[in-house]
Amino acid sequence: MIRFKKPKNELEGQQKVAKTPRPSIPADMCVLCPSCRKTLFNGDLLANLSVCTNCGYHFRMSARERLSLLCDEGSFCEIGESLRSTNSLDFPGYNQKLAKSAAESGEREGVVTGTATVGGYPCAVFAMEPRFMMGSMGSVIGEKLTMLFEQAAERGLPVIGYTVSGGARMQEGILSLMQMAKVSAAVKRHSDAGNLYVAILTDPTTGGVSASFAFLGDIILAEPKALIGFAGPRVIEQTIHQKLPENFQRAEFLLEKGFLDNIVERRKQKEYLTKLLRLHTRK
Amino acid sequence: MTAYEKVKAARDPARPTATDYINSIFTAFTEMHGDRRFSDDAAVVTGLALLGSMPVTVIGLEKGHDIKERVARNFGCAHPEGYRKALRQMKLAEKFRRPVVCFVDTAGAYCGIGAEERGQAQAIAENLYEMSALKTPIVSVFIGEGGSGGALGLAVADEVWMTENAVYSVISPEGCASILWKDPARVADAAECLKLTASDLYSLGVIDRILLETGGESVVFSTLKVLLARKLRALCAVDPAELTEKRYDRFRAFGNFLTL
Repeated sequence: MIRFKKPKNELEGQQKVAKTPRPSIPADMCVLCPSCRKTLFNGDLLANLSVCTNCGYHFRMSARERLSLLCDEGSFCEIGESLRSTNSLDFPGYNQKLAKSAAESGEREGVVTGTATVGGYPCAVFAMEPRFMMGSMGSVIGEKLTMLFEQAAERGLPVIGYTVSGGARMQEGILSLMQMAKVSAAVKRHSDAGNLYVAILTDPTTGGVSASFAFLGDIILAEPKALIGFAGPRVIEQTIHQKLPENFQRAEFLLEKGFLDNIVERRKQKEYLTKLLRLHTRK
Repeated sequence: MTAYEKVKAARDPARPTATDYINSIFTAFTEMHGDRRFSDDAAVVTGLALLGSMPVTVIGLEKGHDIKERVARNFGCAHPEGYRKALRQMKLAEKFRRPVVCFVDTAGAYCGIGAEERGQAQAIAENLYEMSALKTPIVSVFIGEGGSGGALGLAVADEVWMTENAVYSVISPEGCASILWKDPARVADAAECLKLTASDLYSLGVIDRILLETGGESVVFSTLKVLLARKLRALCAVDPAELTEKRYDRFRAFGNFLTL
């Protein structure tokens, strides 16, 4: 005898109600803020210069977007665009990675360099590209930046540059490490000739880029909450076996420790940089 | 030996360390301490010494010998104050027109809270920047591990030499295997791909001389003593402006790329 009837999942006798189809949302309509986890409309975000309308988190930006915010309209003139990376060490998978990064970013390498006017002041400018292998520095980035600093020194131009990078590009082995020395030497020559270099560090700036030209600016600025450091936080946690404090390696932390001149939010950067250029102009 | 066997040889605790080289090659070594800003980093040994009759500034990344010393020296992983101490000595070398000899042996610059708080990246960047134009000769000798930026911070030199089984790499093979392939077991492949051995680096033009280790350490020391004396004398005869120009060109030439 069955005393208890096993309940069925559906209520007995009830018809299954067809689910109404969910409204379809285009995948690119909304974005999740990685900082406050709020869902934002892409249109609102773009209108706010890719800064979260809720918490002020500065989203990563492409090199071209940066340059279009920085440079006076129509003034940007690219240099070094004909340089291409090559897999000279035959590193497995590097060719595919280069092709994939180029397709995803629409760029040919991890930095865009050129000349422009900023608030009317002639400058040499660079912006790194986070979608190209996270701005990792190989021979092409090293060469483009070295050429930029050399030309700027020759023409007496200040350099304004945006950094974003995970560090050196290991697929180029030791030659990527050598780019740190090569670019640093070019920054030194530009500086010795009496020229200004302003570096703006954005999220994230770590490894070989932070340990070379990012920290060689006469003036070093950063975007709010940008991760800036030598080693990445995971590597440090693995080394010291302890959790890191909340704002560790964030721009605010570096400002407090004395490694930044200021933190400038994106909306105010052009005005701020124009003022700096004015303050470095006699008469 | 495979690349990974060289990595293991380079890390062998029985290898002579920087102070062994310093004590065997130079006389009258007089250690100088401290960066004048924060503290004295025991992972970096700096001082003055005589090479034959020539006063030189000597800088070494020191791993230590027994376990007690190795702990005290943080296993040769320098903090920012180590790089700043080295730079302070290099600036004095420039002032007193002494050549600089650096011995490099480190797994890398230290990764830790204090190192980040005090600007590890900024300290290394400043060394690259200043060394590129230092108006006195610099020769760097890799005697064991050459770990990335932490090694380069003492190696922007007129000549870079390596002992036969030393290695020099942008990242450790362990780091490369786990980041790139998410597979720490492929460490030997990574070592191969990174081209980190002395002979690889010589063919890439990154180093200028390989010191053979086959005769044992006493032969390495005596050979190095002769070669260093000869090289430093030659470099000291070069006009400082020409010297820094050549150093600039040495690093300017690195990189492989295509121009369309």
